[in-house]
Amino acid sequence: MKKIIYLDNAATTRTAPEVVEAMLPYFSENYGNPSSVYGLAGESKKAITESREIIAGALGAKSNEIYFTAGGSEADNWALKAAAEAYQSKGNHIITTKIEHHAILHTCEYLEKRGFEITYLNVDEYGSVKLEDLKKAIRPTTILISVMFANNEIGTIQPIKEIGEIAKKHGILFHTDAVQAFGQVPISVDEYHIDMLSSSGHKLNGPKGIGFLYIRSGLKLRSFIHGGAQERKRRAGTENVPGIVGYGKAVERALRTMEERTRKERELRDYLIERVLTEVPFVRLNGHRKNRLPNNVNFSFQFVEGESLLIMLDMEGICASSGSACTSGSLDPSHVLLAIGLPHEIAHGSLRLTLGEETTREDLDFVIDTIKGIVQKLRDMSPLYEDFMKREKQ
Amino acid sequence: MYSEKVMDHFQNPRNVGEIDNASGVGTVGNAKCGDIMRIYLDIDDNKIIRDVKFKTFGCGAAVATSSMATELVKGKSIYEALKITNKAVMEALDGLPPVKVHCSLLAEEAIHAALWDYAQKHGIEIEGLEKPKSDIHEGEEEESESY
Repeated sequence: MKKIIYLDNAATTRTAPEVVEAMLPYFSENYGNPSSVYGLAGESKKAITESREIIAGALGAKSNEIYFTAGGSEADNWALKAAAEAYQSKGNHIITTKIEHHAILHTCEYLEKRGFEITYLNVDEYGSVKLEDLKKAIRPTTILISVMFANNEIGTIQPIKEIGEIAKKHGILFHTDAVQAFGQVPISVDEYHIDMLSSSGHKLNGPKGIGFLYIRSGLKLRSFIHGGAQERKRRAGTENVPGIVGYGKAVERALRTMEERTRKERELRDYLIERVLTEVPFVRLNGHRKNRLPNNVNFSFQFVEGESLLIMLDMEGICASSGSACTSGSLDPSHVLLAIGLPHEIAHGSLRLTLGEETTREDLDFVIDTIKGIVQKLRDMSPLYEDFMKREKQ
Repeated sequence: MYSEKVMDHFQNPRNVGEIDNASGVGTVGNAKCGDIMRIYLDIDDNKIIRDVKFKTFGCGAAVATSSMATELVKGKSIYEALKITNKAVMEALDGLPPVKVHCSLLAEEAIHAALWDYAQKHGIEIEGLEKPKSDIHEGEEEESESY
């Protein structure tokens, strides 16, 4: 089999073998329902408690502030809908950004249909929220600010601490979708004044189907799933014990390796950016050059369409993603790339490469050489490139 | 997601290129939606398409339909070429995913646009050929297309 070079770690990551190993006993040995009274169930209950403690510790939070969910999207839905409902007597205004994940944006649209007013903040050319815009958007009726910690497409890390301070000063709840950031950058919920935080297990070498919502104690949010007493009655349903165990292991692992792993990733990321920007003509880097996730690279290749690029990379064993319309099933390219001001045709030519802990320099050398060849091939059949070159000659 | 034929035409597209002093050139689509197709036709005095070339900016399906469309019109008379529908192009490719059907429309439109250009240049009228709707000029804002 051809070697696979996996550069789509923002989509999902490989579940680490030690994570799988930690999970396995909770399928067919310690399979007891944590709510039951016998000793077998006790093992499951204990494992959940341990995972919760690891995760809470990673955020500087308390164990009883971590609520397991089925993933990041559920956590986002819960945070927004429950906060909107709980605080609607105070106001009906929510502030978010134009570059959020669809789990936030589509939930906001849902809330708009139910009478809430949403301000979608613009971002600058690098994808950063402008604090002045945020301050101006605040109204007496603002009940919630939701800004992602780091963007999933272009990797830009937001000024979360400053946003948290603004929210706190105005007595407004602050939620952050940290699905991409958790495990990549240090996060402290107290230091950043975060009231709610969403996360997902499979983005940091944990299993799929598990996530959590951090809810600061004292917040009166309604239950998201009604039923049994699990998750302090706020999220009913028998716990995904293997998932929770795997998530705890993945977080423990991510914390342990963070410094060394992200140092290496930053180095490789900058190498990849540098080589492509120097060796490929008519290319731009999307997102901030430095203030971005350690593993995120996002280019736009002019005159080239993203899906074609992805299929050709796939034929060489390279897994990547694009913000082109053709990869989303709609006619519009990525809302994030449009929000940073890219024209449609440049946004269609985007390529996201997200490195992982297993990525090597040799992998990247192969990827860069392959990209150079593919981009030239696609340009040679592009009418946009033809027109451009003819204009250049004149 | 794509059939083997689509993948074959995407990986080894037939008739890529340009024709100098082509009898007719048609460009359709728009960069906003992410698909632009240009077809060059070389048509002889007997109104037979002797040569055809294309250039496409677009997804795998757009490239494959362009390639297949050029194969289908090559050697045909302009009247036969006019009758080639997007359905015929799709069938020849063993089908396309539903979200990509609009790409095959673009191929049909590109042929029509090139034939229209040929008819204009030679002052002839081709029965059944209408002025192409989505012929583009770069930099212009286009209405979104109604696929």
